[in-house]
Order: sequence, then C-alpha cells, then structure tokens
Amino acid sequence: MVLYGAVVVRSFRRYATYRIATLAGVFTNTVFGFLICFVYIALWSQRSGLGGYDIRDAITYAWVAQSLLMTVAVFGGGFQDEFAERVRRGDIAVDLYRPVNLQLWWLAGDLGRAAYHLLARGIPPTVIGAIVFDLRLPGVAGWAVFLVSVTLAVVVSFAVRYLVALTAFWLVDSRGVDYLVGVCATFLSGMLMPLVLFPGWLGELARALPWAATVQVPIDVFLGKDDVLRLLVFQAGWAVVLLLAGQVVTGLATRKLVVQGG
Amino acid sequence: MVNGLRCYLLLAGMWVRATMAYRTSFVSMTLAQFAITSLEFAAILIMFSHVPALGGFTLAEIAFLYGLSGACLGLADLLMGNTERLGERIRRGSLDTMLIRPMPTLVQIAADEFALRRIGRIAQSGCVLGWAIAALEVTWTWDRLVLLPITITSGAAIFCAVLVLGAAFQFVAQDAAEVTNAFTYGGDRLTQYPLTIYPPELIRAVTFLVPLGFINWYPALHMLDRTDPLGLPAAVRFASPLVAALLCAVAGLAWRAGIRRYRSTGS
Repeated sequence: MVLYGAVVVRSFRRYATYRIATLAGVFTNTVFGFLICFVYIALWSQRSGLGGYDIRDAITYAWVAQSLLMTVAVFGGGFQDEFAERVRRGDIAVDLYRPVNLQLWWLAGDLGRAAYHLLARGIPPTVIGAIVFDLRLPGVAGWAVFLVSVTLAVVVSFAVRYLVALTAFWLVDSRGVDYLVGVCATFLSGMLMPLVLFPGWLGELARALPWAATVQVPIDVFLGKDDVLRLLVFQAGWAVVLLLAGQVVTGLATRKLVVQGG
Repeated sequence: MVNGLRCYLLLAGMWVRATMAYRTSFVSMTLAQFAITSLEFAAILIMFSHVPALGGFTLAEIAFLYGLSGACLGLADLLMGNTERLGERIRRGSLDTMLIRPMPTLVQIAADEFALRRIGRIAQSGCVLGWAIAALEVTWTWDRLVLLPITITSGAAIFCAVLVLGAAFQFVAQDAAEVTNAFTYGGDRLTQYPLTIYPPELIRAVTFLVPLGFINWYPALHMLDRTDPLGLPAAVRFASPLVAALLCAVAGLAWRAGIRRYRSTGS
C-alpha cells in the first residue's frame, strides 16, 4: 500500500513539472468552455428543460466537462501510450519482475496524474466559468460526493484504457484499437454533448456504457441530478467489472508473453 | 518562393511514398479520422433533433458553415499541421539539423512527416458541404459560385497563418503547443456555428482582433443572403482574401523573428 502511494506521489510530481504546458492547456480548456457554453445557451434558451436540464445546468455542464477532460483522460494518452510502447519494445519484462500487481502499479501512476490534472487543469476552468456565469455549484457535502465520483470516474477510465493497452500484447501496434476506443470515449462519455440529449435507444445505450461513468455521471453528481447513491453504484459497478477483466486479461497476456534473451 | 514550393513537394512526396508502404495502416487511419470528425457533426444532428433552428440558422445553413470551416482547417492541417511540433523539435535538437540544410526551415518543418491521412477530415467536411449545398435553397449566382473556392482558399490560408503564429510562439514558450489548439480546433468549433449565437463582444473580437470570422462567416453571409448582426459594410463579406494575406504576412514576420531569436541549447 505504501509502495502504491509512493507511485501516486511520484507520478503527480512528474506531471507537475510542465508548468507552461499546464498553463497553455488551461487557456485552451477555457476557450472551449466559453464556445461550448454559448452553443448550449442557444439550445436551451429555445427548449428549457431539455433532457431534464435547465439553462443553468447546461452552462455548468459545459464548464465542469472541460474541467474533467484531462482528469479522466477522455482523449487517452498518458500511461496508455507508454505501456503499449513498453510492450512493443519488450521493456514490459522489467515491469513483470517487480513484486507488484501490474494493473495496480499502472493504476497508481494514473491516479497521480489524475490528481494533478484535477488540481491544475480542473479547478481553473470551473472557477473562470463561475466568475463569468451563474453556475449551479454543490454544497459542502456535494463537493465531497463529487470528489468520490471523480475518483471512480478516473478508475473506470483507467480500466478501459488499460484493457486497450493490453491489446498491444497481441496486436503489437495497438494504435488502431486506441483510435476506435478514442472515438467511443469522446462521443459516449458526454464530452461532446450531454448524453441526456441522445435520442431513444442510442441514449439508453450511451447512458449504460462505462464511458458514461467518466463524464456524464460525475457531472450529474455535481448538479445533484438523479439519486446520488444510484449514480455512484453505477460507477463502482463498472470499475469493479473492468478491473477484474483487466486482471484476467493480464493473466492471459503474461502467459502468452515470451521474453527473449538472458 | 518557387524553390520553397519545390522543396515542399519533394519532401511531401517522399513521405507519401513512405506512407503507402503501409497501405492498410494508411487506409484505417484515414477512415478513423473521417469517423472522429463525423462525430462533431453527429452532435449537431442530435441538437437539431430537438430544435428546428440554432441562432436563427437552419440545419442546412449550419452544415454549410461546418463544411466550409472543416475543409479550411483540414487543408491547413494537411499542409502546415506539423509546425505544431516545433517545441518538441527544439527540445530534441532536431531543429538544428534542419537549420543547416539548404532548404527553407519552415518548409522542412511543415513537410516533415507529411501526414496524408489528414485528408480524412477534408473528405468528411467535403461530404457535409456537398450535402449542405444540395439542401440549401440558395440561387447560385456567379458571384456566389466564385466566392465559394475563394472562401475555402483564404480560410485555409488563415488557419495556416494561425498554425505558423502558434509555432513562432513556441520559440518563446516551448511547451505551449496547446495554445494553438484554442485557435485552430477552437476556431473551427467557433465558426461551425453561426456567430449569431455568440455575444456581440465575441463577434467583434473574432472580426477585428483574431480574424477567425473571415474563415467562413462573412463570405457565407453573402452566399446565404443573410444580414450581418454587427451591421458592417457589405465589402467585409469579400474581404477574406485580403485578411488572409495580411495575417500570413504577420505570421511570416513572427516566424522570422522567432528563428532569429533561436539560440539552440549549446552543448
């Protein structure tokens, strides 16, 4: 446990090194926050109550989504590329020597990254949004529950990306799967558009898939929509299922792996 | 200029041949890019399943704006997109290698690892644009017809200038590549929608400050026969080529200033 904690802290520091890049990212998130916000205003000012959101909910959605973008790594990147690269080069053999659980080791690293991104890339856009617009902010208890929900969102996002990265054991070049999952993550997480707007069966499906747990559900927790407990159980359920799947596939992958040389 | 163009074609051609060595990979990456950019349009379609118009514009009109803007960004991304990686080149020292070659540096940076798969975005925008033109109830008089290719060319030039300006900024701040995204992808997102949905201050800012409005909005006002929310003179609708030329000149100067300022890392 202490070991995983150390990995979390070091991963946090690793990402915290690039200050200018963080600043540049915050700038871009903020620009997008404004742009998306005005589109939602145009939409909800015509149809208030659309998808169970009023205009204030929609504006809040736009800003919190920008805050979550990097934290839950909607566009992938981070450990995923590194992991696949290590499999391709064979460095993964070194990781397997370590007396740790492979999945938990990388999860710890991703949690450290997410913690940094939540602080540095997450807080500024929502604060700027709250200064310019009248956002629907949660109370003290609401913030605490939101933090739990974001943590679960990161775990679900990690578990999906870990499974994708594991395909490198079979495919060598996992970029194709990477792209495909990236498409799903962008569209089905609610990053592009709240899932509550998706019509009919597409909406039902999108709201049931694990990607919903990464953006749409944490924002619903933030806004106090639906039953909070139900939302958290939904996230935790996917987290457990996907982590277990990751464990099984890791077993299959390492059994398949042949390390050459001495 | 002619020499630069020749160099660009030479380098790009080489990378295209290299890409074609892995044909399946090229096809799948191009299709993937087509799919990813299609999602943005799918989001617009989802919105239009709830409302008949957005900012006073119909789906066909917004598809027209979307297609124009996407085609411009796609072209610029294909031609100059790699300039975004300047900061990485500075860090790795590969810019220094380029500086000693007898070819314009900007050309080398833009054409190195020329990514033909980016035609995926152009193709997707082209499809949407084609559909929009068919669905629009516009009388295509000759002035509107001529304005269409002019708009795409100058819009692409504006995005190219933005990319070069972003690259020049990386001489000052190496890790700031993402700032450019706010103006390229951000500019694309901004101009996909009619500017009527934004507050007037923002419309003024993208007209006079960062002239992203000239990518498609002002010429489209003429082609779609719409009134200007700012009430600017009609000449503005034909000013895109001029704005593009000016912005390219500014970007060129900024690039020169950046290269002059560059002092490698030493060793």
